Parts: sequence; C-alpha cells; structure tokens
Amino acid sequence: MIYKFKDELEKKERFVGGHRLCAGCGAGIAVRSVLRALDEGDRAVISNATSCLEVSSFMYPYTSYEDSYIHSAFANAAATCSGAAAAYEGLKKKNKVKENFKFITIGGDGGTYDIGFQALSGAMERNTDMVYVCYDNEAYMNTGIQRSSSTPKFADATTSPTGTMSYGKTQNKKDLTEIIAAHNVPYVAQSTFIGNFKDLHEKAYKAHYTKGACFLNILSPCPRGWGYEADKLPEICKKAVDTCVWPMYEIEYGEWTVNYIPRKKLPVEEFLSMQGRFSHMFKPGNEWMIEEVQSYVDIKWEKLLDKANIK
Amino acid sequence: MTIKERMSGNEAVAYAMKQIEPDVMAAFPITPSTEIPQYFSKYLANGLVNTEFIAVESEHSAMSACMGASAAGARATTATSSAGLAYMWEILYVVSASRLPVVMAVVNRALSGPININNDHSDSMGARDSGWIQLYSETNQEVYDNYIQAYLIAEATRLPVMVCQDGFITSHGVSNIELLEDKKVKDFVGDYVPENYMLKENSPMMAGPFATIPYYMEIKRAQAEAMNTSYEVIEKVATAFASLSGRSYSFFEEYMMEDAEVAIIIISSSAGTAKEAVNILRGEGKKVGLIKIRVFRPFPKERLTEALKGVNIVSVMDKADSYSGIGGPLYSDVKNSLYDEPNKPHVINYIYGLGGRDIKVEEFIHIFNDMINGTDLDDTYRYIGVRDKRGNI
Repeated sequence: MIYKFKDELEKKERFVGGHRLCAGCGAGIAVRSVLRALDEGDRAVISNATSCLEVSSFMYPYTSYEDSYIHSAFANAAATCSGAAAAYEGLKKKNKVKENFKFITIGGDGGTYDIGFQALSGAMERNTDMVYVCYDNEAYMNTGIQRSSSTPKFADATTSPTGTMSYGKTQNKKDLTEIIAAHNVPYVAQSTFIGNFKDLHEKAYKAHYTKGACFLNILSPCPRGWGYEADKLPEICKKAVDTCVWPMYEIEYGEWTVNYIPRKKLPVEEFLSMQGRFSHMFKPGNEWMIEEVQSYVDIKWEKLLDKANIK
Repeated sequence: MTIKERMSGNEAVAYAMKQIEPDVMAAFPITPSTEIPQYFSKYLANGLVNTEFIAVESEHSAMSACMGASAAGARATTATSSAGLAYMWEILYVVSASRLPVVMAVVNRALSGPININNDHSDSMGARDSGWIQLYSETNQEVYDNYIQAYLIAEATRLPVMVCQDGFITSHGVSNIELLEDKKVKDFVGDYVPENYMLKENSPMMAGPFATIPYYMEIKRAQAEAMNTSYEVIEKVATAFASLSGRSYSFFEEYMMEDAEVAIIIISSSAGTAKEAVNILRGEGKKVGLIKIRVFRPFPKERLTEALKGVNIVSVMDKADSYSGIGGPLYSDVKNSLYDEPNKPHVINYIYGLGGRDIKVEEFIHIFNDMINGTDLDDTYRYIGVRDKRGNI
C-alpha cells in the first residue's frame, strides 16, 4: 500500500463538519484520520464513551457520523461495542447481515484510562474484533480540565491545581499503551498528528484490518486544557514526538517497533514551554521540575528502545 | 403436547432461553442467578443453541453489551441478581430511554449492607423507576412462562422487560413444570426484525444522543406513553400464550377474592405460603382472600381497585423497604391507586422476609386475624418476623 495523502483526502468523509468541537482540538482530527483509513466499501459501527467528542458530534437531532453510532455512558463504550460486535457475528451466521462491518470504540483518556478501563480490559482480554481508539488529551476536558490518570506530572489541572503548596499533579502519567500491550492483543500502537498523517493512517489501517482486539492511543491536544492557540496544534504534536515525550511505536503480535526516532532528540522544555498548563515550571527555582521530567522521559525512551531491540 | 419435567427456576429460564435462542447473551456470575449462564454455557458447549455468549467482566458491561447488541438489531438477554442489578443501574435507564427490547432474568436477592445472598425484592424494587416492565413469578412454571412472553411484550412496546423470581426459593427449588415444545416456543416468539438497527442494510442508525433542554423531556414523555400502552400489549400476549399453553396470566392473580372482606397483596413465591393460610381460614368460614401481583411495572391501578371493591382491610406485603418513613414500594402504589375510590379499604403495610427471613403460614394467619379483629389498625407500617429484644421471632 503506497500512502498518498491527497488520494486519502478525496475519499468521502465519514466524520463531517458541523460538529461543535473547539478550533485546535485533536479529537475531531483523530476521528477523521481513523475513519479515513477504512476501505470505502466497508461499513462501521462506532461506539463512543461520554466525552467532549460525544456531546459535540451527536447532539440530538444532528450527527457528524455517516456510519452507525452508539453512545451509552462514560464507563462502558468497549462493552457496548462488544455487544454490537457479537450481534454482527450472530446475525451474519444467520445470514441476516450481508455487508462488511468494522467495529470501532472511541473514548477520551477519562473514558479509557480511568472509568472505562475495566470494560476496555475486558474487551481486550476477550479479543473482541474491534479497534479501541483513545484520543488522549490528558485530562477530563468535557467537565472542565480535571486531572485523570493520563495527566502528566506537574500539569496544572482543576483538581490538581498549582498553588502556594502545590506544583500541579504529583503523579506520573499511567502508561496505558503498555498495559494494553500486556493483554497480548494482536495490535497496539501509539501515534499522533505528524506531517502528512502517514503514521496514524497506516496504524489505523492495520488496526481496522487485523482480526481481533486492537488498540490505538492517539495523543490529541486540547487548546483549553493545555493552554495553546489553536494554530499551534501541529507544532505541539511534533514537539511531543521530537522530545520523546510521546514516542510513536507499535506492537504487532508482541513485536515492538519504534516508528519514529528523532534525528536530534529535543529537550523537554521545547514541548512544555508551548503550554500554559506547564507555565509554572519555568519560574525561577522550579528548574528541578523540568529536570525531573527530562530524566523520566529519558528513562522511558531508553526502555522503549530496548523493547524494540534498538541499540 | 406438553412436556412434563422437573427443574429449578434457574434451569427453567435457561431452558426457555435455549428454546428462544436470542442472538446475544451477556452475563457475569452472581449468586443466585449465575446458574442461568452456566446452564446456557453448557447448551452452547454441546451445540444445542445458536447464540453469541459474551462472558463479560461485570454486570455494568453485561447490560452495556445487551444495549449494543440490541441496537445492532439482535435479540439480547442477560441474567442477574442483587448487586449485579445495582451495578447495571446506570445502563438500565439508558436501555429503556433508547427503547431497546432487552429481556433480563432477575433472580431476586437482597442488596448488600450487610452482604446477604438470600431472597428479598430490594434489588428489582430499587429499579422500579428505571422504565423497565417488571413481571414477577411465584413458581418455576410462572418464570418459564413469563420469560417466553417477555420477548413479545418488549418488542411490541420497545421497552425492556425484567422477569423476576425469588432467589433460591424458586431459582434453586426443583419442582414440576410443563414445558412447551421447541417449535411452539420459536413460532410464538417469531423472527425479530426491528424497524431500524445499526447493522441494517444501506441504513446507518444513531443511538444514545446528547439531548438538550428542547428535546430531553419529549423523549422521557414518549417512554411514559409506551408504558401506558403496554397494559394492552401485556394482555394480548397473555391471551396468545394462553391459547398456546392453556395457562392464563393477568396483571395479578386473585385467590378467593369473590367475597373476601380482608385480603393480602403480595408478590412472588411467598404467595404460595399465604394461599395456604387463606385455605385454612376459609375452612373456618372466614372471608379472606389474596392478590398476587404479576405485573408491577406498569402498575395495574384500575384493575386492582376493581378487584378490591368490597374489601374492608388490605395488608400489603413488601419484601423490601423503601425507607420513606411511610412504608414499602408495593404499599405506596396500592395506597396511591386506592386514593380516589369513595369506599376504599383500610391499608396496612408489612415489611417481611428481608435477606431470606422465612415467613410461615402461621404468620399469615396472624396477619389475617389482626385484620379480622381490627387490631392496631392505626399502625400501618409494620415489620413481621423480626426478633424482639429477647431474641424471639
């Protein structure tokens, strides 16, 4: 498959305009990119956890989706999708469904790392034939930027605010991609919005067309929660991968591959300094915070390279 | 031709499930309902049933999977009890508001605090406002018959249905049962073809919107209207089932009510014990009767007030308290139903049988005699079968 961005963009949109997501939000970009990777003849069922995405894209009586879609609650998107996928298996055997369907579950980090984690883990363990897509914006943005287990250390969130006695979130971000990899599902990947979207497109395609449970974790910045101007989204994503804060890698049947190794690994300041949520880290006397983040990122990156057998 | 068998209430539900062959069954283990998915898994393991079984990781996910399957166009079912039903709570409301005809077998068990695995009705009574139709069953036969009827009721009203029976008492108690032939059951429930579903050819469907102030209330009102029209559906399905099986069902069963002056209203298995008390007192020439509620949601207000005409005192038996300070859930609905009647009976509430506490024939005789003698009529909110300070029941 030779990837041509222009050809991909000429496909019929499956996630159409008119939704109410903010300018500069990563969620809509994630959904468009993932759905674009479906073969045009295939139909889809999309299960969505309660989230910014859900309330912005399916506000009664309007929808942004050209495919079938179901929202039930916050914690259960993967289980809801499991039921739909089982219905497909059952009805296909009885010859009641003839078209080819793909099953996609989408949640934010709150609905994936936290409250939806049990249902996600269950669906992965059962090797449900679906793709779970997390658009990870590292906090509960829909309810007003509360910290989640995906929020990185030192980030200023409304339930981990900075203050005279606080330097933001005190815990590191949960490594969900690795936790899902430990479920030994066929395909797990991390990506974000880089260049011509080749990395994300190819990962989404693999995930759609690999039989069994697949998981895509997509770093999807949020202008409100992260504190940046809408047009800075691509640059922030680029900095995330060039600093190795968000490495792009995949695990196919247990084989780890790092898909992008920056020619020159940038210092974490270049990623952190673009965002309001980390602004306190740049005040005099707080240099130790940046040093700590750098050290954490360096260790994680080395471990990742080891897993992928890169010396 | 009927098939005479002996089986427990759980096996009866699993057997009906096998005969109906829903497209998807999702369940999580919990006592005492867990035998249902066990029996069903064994049918699957032996190739006796063509259903997709999802061994989910929680009841929250069981109900969620049922929702996904039902919206996708499948017949979907599950079984649960107690904390399992409580864990589904959030999704019960989403399923009914989405107008999905999920059928659930509820094996009634006490809710925790303290943990207890035995029967009372606190689990499903707590879910009485969730927009589900609720059918209750006295015996294994009734739970089998109700479970089969539930699919037609659910699909015609587009409301989910819970079919309740008493944990251990009927779920594990083996008794005689008349089963229908597979083909008869299959023909009775028929082929399920919803109008819209997510997997429909060339026709995407959206479920579970964000409904804002201008739309939410109409959706809720439509649910209430569906519940209002379900009376007729429940009756029609019962009529069709009677001509199939010879067994008649209504919203409630009236036992010796023709000339009854005092009566007990009760739900599920303890009705059997209470009927024995009625028999004994009738033998003494006392005009006592019993009403056993089968359909609690929707509540059969008109029919019940009609059935209570001529009754002077009614004792309403609740196997769950609602901690309202004035009585249990069945009592509230009975009393509410009677309010507009010019010659309404006096109504007393008894909370009984919590956490599996037995209630005996003698206790029902005592309740009837208190009504006959007019003892403490002003005390309308009573517990029966509770130990006194000396430890005596």
